[in-house]
Amino acid sequence: MTIIPAAEIAAVETRAEAAAAPESARAPRQGARWRGLMLPLALAAAWFALTESGAVSSQIFPAPQAVLRDLWRLTANGQLAGHIVITTWRVALGFAAGTLAATALGAATGYSRRARDLLDPTIQALKAVPSLAWVPLFILWFGIFETSKIALIAVGVFFPVYLNLMTGLQGVDRRLVEVGLVNNFGPFDLIRHILAPATLPSYFTGLRAGLALGWMFVIAAELMGASQGLGFLMIDGEMTGRPAIIVGSLILFAIAGKISDAFLVAVGRRVLSWQDDFAALQDKERA
Amino acid sequence: MILEISRLGKRYDEAQGVGHDALRGVDLSVGSHEFVSLVGTSGCGKSTLLRIVSGLERPSDGFIRLDRRPVGGPTADVAMVFQDPRLMPWLSVRDNVRLALLKLKRDEQDARIDAALAKVGLSAFAAALPRQLSGGTAQRVALARALVRKPSVLLLDEPFSALDSFMRMKLQDHLSGLWQDEKFTVLFVTHDVEEAVILSDRVVVMRGAPGRVDRELPIDLPRPRVRTSAGVQAFSEEIIRALHLS
Repeated sequence: MTIIPAAEIAAVETRAEAAAAPESARAPRQGARWRGLMLPLALAAAWFALTESGAVSSQIFPAPQAVLRDLWRLTANGQLAGHIVITTWRVALGFAAGTLAATALGAATGYSRRARDLLDPTIQALKAVPSLAWVPLFILWFGIFETSKIALIAVGVFFPVYLNLMTGLQGVDRRLVEVGLVNNFGPFDLIRHILAPATLPSYFTGLRAGLALGWMFVIAAELMGASQGLGFLMIDGEMTGRPAIIVGSLILFAIAGKISDAFLVAVGRRVLSWQDDFAALQDKERA
Repeated sequence: MILEISRLGKRYDEAQGVGHDALRGVDLSVGSHEFVSLVGTSGCGKSTLLRIVSGLERPSDGFIRLDRRPVGGPTADVAMVFQDPRLMPWLSVRDNVRLALLKLKRDEQDARIDAALAKVGLSAFAAALPRQLSGGTAQRVALARALVRKPSVLLLDEPFSALDSFMRMKLQDHLSGLWQDEKFTVLFVTHDVEEAVILSDRVVVMRGAPGRVDRELPIDLPRPRVRTSAGVQAFSEEIIRALHLS
């Protein structure tokens, strides 16, 4: 048995500890979080200044205090929570359905050339269909209630998740796959131990893009005869001439989208902590 | 005789890039517990030959037999160490080695992983991630992953070429020690002629495009071999002359 000298082990151990140290520092520091709030706060200040000075008509662009007042009124009478919950629920269901379908089809077309030849041209063609073009068909198929809305959101979520998963699978480093092959991996082991983990970074990118599109598609979905939801609230503000409600809904969409994205980022950071990439280097420098 | 390569040819057609013959009429026999190095200029098909023996590529002509059984794909008897460590960045050192043992029960896996890591001197690094390892340490993990299966044939494709000379010499000694302890057969591709002489029982010089075996030199020097000894230098010069002739 050949034993490596202790001095060499100690040297590499030191290197290992040095590399491992920033692991806990990967979470963004408090300062970075505050930096992210600077631009929205500056925009809010500019908005306040513009409306207070009378440079912009409040009928076109309502003052921030008017938006806050209307949102507070909706909060106090309990309506706002209902709108937020139903919209979030629709996005969550649409995201789950779209992700499930995209994962199944993306995995099939990414792994199997035969499945790719068979399915991918059609899926790519459907990707080019504008979101609103699905609305009449879904109303015809599913009616104007929840199923058609969730189906539309699922369509929005589907394409980025599908595309990122398929291209991620195809882009897995051939050299890593060969390690599986020389170790006699069958398809199941190859997928479980090499292809799936190697594809995760690309998959998470797809999930984030899909979720963002889910929030965009929920507006179109709530145009389909909704009586509740942030999209409905926005349309209601338009119909009743209340620009503060429209702007308030926009802001709530942005906040909800950001919170859900931050959740995905946090999960991704945990799952992909092994990545030795540019972001890890920046985290190390910051630590 | 354990490994028999006969009339082996490999042709890449246009669909696989530029169409060309990589190997033609390669004959080579490697005995049990023999250490054979393949040397030759770039593009003479050494790595292609190794990939065919590993089962990663199929020959266009000829055949390979391992203990008289034809090799048609990767087998449990043949392990391979590549030029780069090829560790899964998301797995610890322990789990990277485990990849070679998936068919065994978990407790048997653990026992063999512990033994393999101890053999390459990396027991203390079992929980480390690949990005925390130096190049030499990562290549030792790749060696452990190949040896943990207890293969009868170990294929090494320029495994030390990316390492500095100090680490390279250390790992050459290490490989030589493992080979003497474990009694596996080695087919070793290298560009380093001295490395081939120090490690091998026999050096096979390949030449040409398409590549073929040009010459075989048994290295009948006593072990351990010293890089600066007259015998090693004489064999090295002879091989270099053979390479220049090509």
